[in-house]
Amino acid sequence: MTDAISTQKPIPVTVLTGYLGAGKTTLLNRILSENHGKKYAVIVNEFGEIGIDNDLIVESDEEIYEMNNGCVCCTVRGDLIRVVEGLMRRPGRFDGIIVETTGLADPVPVAQTFFMDDDVRAKTELDAVVALVDAKHLPLRLKDSREAEDQIAFADVVIINKSDLVTPEELDVIEDIVRAINPAARVYKTSRSGVDLARVLDQGAFNLERALENDPHFLEHGHDDHVCGPDCDHDHHHHDHDHHHGAMSAIHDITVQSVSLRGGQMNPERFFPWIQKITQTQGPNILRLKGIIAFKDDPERYVVQGVHMIIEGDHQRPWKEGEKHESRLVFIGRDLDRAKLEASFKACEAAA
Amino acid sequence: MPTVAPLDLDGHVLAVEFLGDVPFFASANGTFHRLDGGDRVSEAHQGMLTVIRDPYSESLISGGEDGKVLRIAADGSVSEIATAPRKWISQVAAGPQGAVAYSYGKSSLVRLADGTTKEFPEERTVEGLAFAPKGLRIAAARYNGVSLHWIGMNAKPVDLEWKGAHTGVTFSPDGNFLVTSMQENALHGWKLDIKPGAEARHMRMTGYPAKVKSLSWSVKGKWLASSGAPAAIVWPFQGKDGPMGKAPLELGTRANIMATAVKFHPLEDILAIGFIDGMILAVRIADSKEALLRRPGKGAITAMSWSKNGKLLAFASEAGDCGVIDISA
Repeated sequence: MTDAISTQKPIPVTVLTGYLGAGKTTLLNRILSENHGKKYAVIVNEFGEIGIDNDLIVESDEEIYEMNNGCVCCTVRGDLIRVVEGLMRRPGRFDGIIVETTGLADPVPVAQTFFMDDDVRAKTELDAVVALVDAKHLPLRLKDSREAEDQIAFADVVIINKSDLVTPEELDVIEDIVRAINPAARVYKTSRSGVDLARVLDQGAFNLERALENDPHFLEHGHDDHVCGPDCDHDHHHHDHDHHHGAMSAIHDITVQSVSLRGGQMNPERFFPWIQKITQTQGPNILRLKGIIAFKDDPERYVVQGVHMIIEGDHQRPWKEGEKHESRLVFIGRDLDRAKLEASFKACEAAA
Repeated sequence: MPTVAPLDLDGHVLAVEFLGDVPFFASANGTFHRLDGGDRVSEAHQGMLTVIRDPYSESLISGGEDGKVLRIAADGSVSEIATAPRKWISQVAAGPQGAVAYSYGKSSLVRLADGTTKEFPEERTVEGLAFAPKGLRIAAARYNGVSLHWIGMNAKPVDLEWKGAHTGVTFSPDGNFLVTSMQENALHGWKLDIKPGAEARHMRMTGYPAKVKSLSWSVKGKWLASSGAPAAIVWPFQGKDGPMGKAPLELGTRANIMATAVKFHPLEDILAIGFIDGMILAVRIADSKEALLRRPGKGAITAMSWSKNGKLLAFASEAGDCGVIDISA
């Protein structure tokens, strides 16, 4: 029993975002009632429509704390710290925690809580941020709020829900919008929140060992404006990208951009100070960053990920035989200077 | 050598308090175990979040995940004081004349002995509650400071402001100081015995490597001990300005082993320090002399409590390996 405590595996936490009416409650009810052999504690803002009486559903008022370190983007959710601490005193009752945010919530403080609070971090592990999008109303949402866009930009998994309420052509446009906002996310289309729960839970999206391993096509396409996610179901080889890019330029309500960088083998003595400086100075503009870095003379792949000014990196696994030693990095954010990022990233390359 | 009578419970034990000579162990699953000629159990909550000892009566007050505020008497009987369905009650405090304060969300509530309840709303979530040692007055810790409310008056609260999230609050025994623990690794203090209208007197107590979760005042209020470091950090409060401009004592220092609970002896300036590995030391303030009371156990010490005569120290642990130490043996 003692050893179980000291070596207890961190409990995975899934953050569920999405506008009112996007289908969060339907998805939660499925997670709570379907027979998948796992039990989840759910932290909700309001009990609302959840029809299931379960003592593992906890209501919590959103309470944003700014940290006293002078950094405006260093925010955490105080209520989550308290509730997670309480839940984790009796950890045997559940296999994971799901945090449902309000429609207008900024997902960043929720995610940062799991990195910045030592107690929470010691016992839990952020698994993935999942955004539900209402296919019918997304264009309108993007017009009236920045939050809708932030939620997509910040997500690891985007579920385009209510796909039965739009035409296939409209659905294609919605998917393009989502991918334009966030080329690194896995995107699924569904109706009545009917997504396979295996695509939502236990994703390991923030786990450096697993995160990018699960994305075999991560940045494979290397096109600046359109990088397909791993589950893009359109045919890459015959697809007319230009056509789509033309369509996307008509989307005026997107303020988030992504910058995908690709380079050769890096010099660690240049790369680390560079990424530190970028995240320090550009932190408030960076929602997410993910990358695989090939360092010169290093037999292992190095993976990095970040949220605002928080950045983590570690060796992931040895390069496979025949695998191209190249470095790839994607930034999702606002007001990013693409040319400058490209040039400074290139400058970190090791001399041949 | 002190002798340890162990009590092995299942799971996290939140707190331990003496009622008479009987230690009550409060388990996070919602039950109380009292060592009264054997392990006797009282079922209280569906998930317990907090327990305090009522300083004005021989009873305990607890709050739970089931939204209940309960009183536990010395015979183990449980009575309900208040209930807030589907709310977590993570803060309770006990005051004079049978008053009990509790909080959920952005409100503190005080239930008086006559059954009436008064509500004191805040702009932000109440994270800590304490009764003042004198008068029917509560302090509610919240984001950016503390609000002080007189229960019996419809006066405006006194707001003590300091930027940041305040997660716990305690008055010094003489009521001259108020100290909060913060989300960042620090304590903050205010001097309360200042002239009306005078500028606030702040005390910043920083430098901890971890959050401060446990605080204890010495018997006469000369010292405030705290966890949050690989030693007990003990701030001097003898002077009229408290610890301002003074360095704290560091007692029971261990290399990288964090102190998780502290408790002053009820009669002497001796501090019990519980560590994350389950070890417990007693340290005398006068000469920093240490005595080992318990070797490391299965989990972090969460709470300790001395019997009234100071001969017994009961301790609770995160892993359930609790016990009572007889230091007179």
